[in-house]
Amino acid sequence: MSTIQDPIRTPAKAMRFGEAGLLVVFAAFAFFAIIVAAKAYTPAYAFHAYLFAAASIAAVFAIGNRYMARPAGPVPQVNADGKPNYNFDVVKFCTIAAVVWGIAGFLVGVIAALQLAFPVVNLDLPWISFGRLRPLHTSAVIFAFGGNVLIGTSFYVVQRTSHARLVGDLAPWFVVLGYNLFIVIAGTGYLLGITQGKEYAEPEWYADLFLTVVWVTYLLVFLGTILKRKEPHIYVANWFYLAFIITIAVLHLGNNASVPVSVFSPKSYILWSGVQDAMFQWWYGHNAVGFFLTAGFLALMYYFIPKRAERPVYSYRLSIVHFWALIFIYIWAGPHHLHYTALPDWAQTLGMTFSIILWMPSWGGMINGLMTLSGAWDKLRTDPIIRMMVVAVAFYGMSTFEGPMMSVKAVNSLSHYTEWTIGHVHSGALGWVAYISFGAIYCLVPWLWNKREMYSLKAVSWHFWVSTLGIVLYISSMWVAGILQGLMWRAYTQLGFLEYSFIESVEAMHPLYVIRALGGILFLSGALIMAWNIWKTITMPEAAAEQSLALAPAE
Amino acid sequence: MATQGTSIWSKHQIFEKHSYWLMLGILIVISIGGLVEIAPLFYLKSTIEKVEGMRPYTPLELAGRNIYVREGCYNCHSQMIRPLRDEVERYGHYSLAAESMYDHPFQWGSKRTGPDLARVGGKYSDLWQREHLHNPRAVVPASIMPSYPWLTQTRLDTKHLAADLKDLKLLGVPYTDAMIENVQEDLKAQSTTDGDTSGLDKRYPKAQARDFDGNPGELTEADALIAYLQMLGTLVDFKLYDNQANVR
Repeated sequence: MSTIQDPIRTPAKAMRFGEAGLLVVFAAFAFFAIIVAAKAYTPAYAFHAYLFAAASIAAVFAIGNRYMARPAGPVPQVNADGKPNYNFDVVKFCTIAAVVWGIAGFLVGVIAALQLAFPVVNLDLPWISFGRLRPLHTSAVIFAFGGNVLIGTSFYVVQRTSHARLVGDLAPWFVVLGYNLFIVIAGTGYLLGITQGKEYAEPEWYADLFLTVVWVTYLLVFLGTILKRKEPHIYVANWFYLAFIITIAVLHLGNNASVPVSVFSPKSYILWSGVQDAMFQWWYGHNAVGFFLTAGFLALMYYFIPKRAERPVYSYRLSIVHFWALIFIYIWAGPHHLHYTALPDWAQTLGMTFSIILWMPSWGGMINGLMTLSGAWDKLRTDPIIRMMVVAVAFYGMSTFEGPMMSVKAVNSLSHYTEWTIGHVHSGALGWVAYISFGAIYCLVPWLWNKREMYSLKAVSWHFWVSTLGIVLYISSMWVAGILQGLMWRAYTQLGFLEYSFIESVEAMHPLYVIRALGGILFLSGALIMAWNIWKTITMPEAAAEQSLALAPAE
Repeated sequence: MATQGTSIWSKHQIFEKHSYWLMLGILIVISIGGLVEIAPLFYLKSTIEKVEGMRPYTPLELAGRNIYVREGCYNCHSQMIRPLRDEVERYGHYSLAAESMYDHPFQWGSKRTGPDLARVGGKYSDLWQREHLHNPRAVVPASIMPSYPWLTQTRLDTKHLAADLKDLKLLGVPYTDAMIENVQEDLKAQSTTDGDTSGLDKRYPKAQARDFDGNPGELTEADALIAYLQMLGTLVDFKLYDNQANVR
C-alpha cells in the first residue's frame, strides 16, 4: 500500500488492485455457481449454488458502486485530528448481526425445547423436525451469535489496542459478509436436510471450503493489524483472539476433511471413520468449546471488564500463565466425551486427567477477571453492565468446575447421554458466553454510535434479572432431569431386573422439559429487551444523550 | 511488569512483542495434545482390529444410513453401548470399535433422548418400524419422537448411489468393482421379495432382503431407513467373537 502521495496533484481515480481482482473473482465464481446449480444432483443443492451466485453478483455490484462513490486515492490511515481512522463499520455490522442471530438462535432453541415437551410442535414437517432444528439452534447460537460477537469485538479490540486502522480495504468486509453468508448456507442447509452428521460441524464440504477461505482472510486481517501496531506489546486480549483464530482453523480442517461425492452433489464422506472419526470429532468438538466459546470470549473479558470498570487487569503474570496453560491443556480434554466407548482406555484416562488439570487455569482466569474489580466492587451495584459481565465470569467459574467433575469417569458413567450435559452446556453458554457478549455489546453500542451511554440502564437491569431467572430455571431443571435419567436407567429391582423401561424415563422428563422451555422463553425475553434498548440507543438524538450526561452521577 | 533482568517474565516478552513468535508458540502448544491422542489410533491393534462378520453397507443400507444422518437421528439416539451392566442388559453386547469401522462419519451420538440404536436390528418387526416412523405415538403412546410421514411417501433417490460407493472406496471402505457395478441390481434384489438375491448374498453376507415398507410397488426412503435400522448391530456374531484377540 503506497503511503507517499503528492499533496498538490489530485491523483486520478483508479481501481485498486483488490477491487479489480475481487471483481474478476466474484464474477467468475458467479458463473461457476450457475453452472453447478444447473447440473446439481438435488434441488436443495441447486438452491445453495444459486445463493452463492446471487451473493457473488451482489458483491460485484457492491464493489462497483463503492468504487464509483469513493474518493480517489488510498484510504487515510489517520484522521485530521491525528487519531487513527478506525474502521468501525464492520464492527457495527457484526454487533447488529449478533443481536439478530442471537434472537433467532434463542427462538429456535425455545421451539426445540417445546418440541421435546410437546412433540406436536414438530408439525410433521421435515424442515422443522427436531433432528434438523437442533443443529440449527446450536449453529445459530454458537457460530452465528457467538461468531459475530467474536469477529466484531476482535476487529474493535485489535484496532483500539494497536492504535491502527484495520488492514485491508475490502478484506474486512469479505470476512464479515462472507462469514454471515456461511451462516445462511449452513442454516438453510440443515432445514433442507444437508448435513455432515457431525455435531457442531454439520455444514457440508462446500460450506466448509468457503468458511476456510473466509477464516484465512480473517487471520490475515487480524494479524496484519497487529503487525501495524503502534504499541510495542501485543495486548493480552489479542493473544486470546489469535489463539482462537489459529486453533479453530486447525480444528476445522482436521475434523471436516472429507471427499465430496461430486462437485454437483452436496454430499461428502468424512475421511475418518469409527473410532478415529470419534476422536477427531471430540478433539474438534471439545475445543470448539475451548477455543471458540472460551479463549475467544476470555479475550472479551480481558478487554471489556477492565475498560468498563476503569481498572487494569488484576495480574499481568497471571494472564501469561492463564493463556499458555489454558491453550496447552484444553486440547487434551476431548476424550472425556468418549468415556467407556470403544476408544482405548489410555486415551479416556488422558482426557479425564487433563480435564481435571484444566480446572486450574480456568479458575486462574476467572480470578484474574473477578479481581480486576478490586477497588471498584461498588460498580456491581450501580452498573448493570458490569454486573452482567461479572456474573458471566462467575458462571464461567461454575461451568469450569462442573466440567472437570463430569469428566471423572465414575460421574460420567451416570451423566453421559443425559440432560445433565445439556444443563452443563447451557450454564456455560447462557451464563458465560451470552452474558459476557451482552456486556460487551452494551459497552460497544454507545462507543460505536457515539452516544454517552445506553438508552436505558434500567432496561439493562431488567434484561439481567429476567434472563438470570431463565438460566436458573434452565440449568436446575436439566440437572434434575439428567440425574433422574441416569438413575432410572441403572435402577434395578430387588430381583435383579432393570426397574424402568426406557420410555418411563422419557415420561419422567416431561415436567422438567416444560420448566426448561419456560427458562428459555425468559432468556429470549431478556434478549428482546436488549434489542429494543439497542434500537432506542442508536436512534436516540444526541440531545437525549447529552441530557443523560447531565443527569449521570459523577464518576 | 518485569522488564529488567533475565527472569522468565522478561523472556516472555518475545511473544508479547513479536506476533510471529506468538503464532508459532500457539501452534506448537495446541498441536501436542491432539497428536498424542489421535495419531496412535491409526496404528493400535484395538482400534483397527478386524472382526469376523463386518462388511460394508449394501447400497440400500447406505442410502438408509444417509437418511438417518440427514434427519439428524444422532441428535437423540446413540449408537455406542458402554460396557456397563445396565447398558449391556438393556441394549446388548457392548459396542466394538470394528462395528463402526465403515462409518463415515461415525454416529455414536452424545445424547439419549431416545434409546441407543447400536443393536436395534431385528428387535422390532418391519411393520412396527414403519408405524413408528409414521407416527411414533401410534405404537409408543408416551414417545416424544417427531413423526416422519414423508419417508413412506418419498421415492428413494438412487441415481447417484454408485458414486457414493466409489467415494467410500476411495476412503478405504473395501467396496469391490463388482459391488460398484451392481448397485442397481443389489438395490432391487434387497428391496423386493421376488428378486434373485444370490448376487447380493455373495457380495454382502447376511444382507436382509424383503420389502421393508409394505409397499412393494415403490422403493421409498422408508425402505432404505428400515433396512438400515434392521441390520444395525447384527453383523458380528458374539457367540464366535473372541474378546481376547486384540489384547496384546
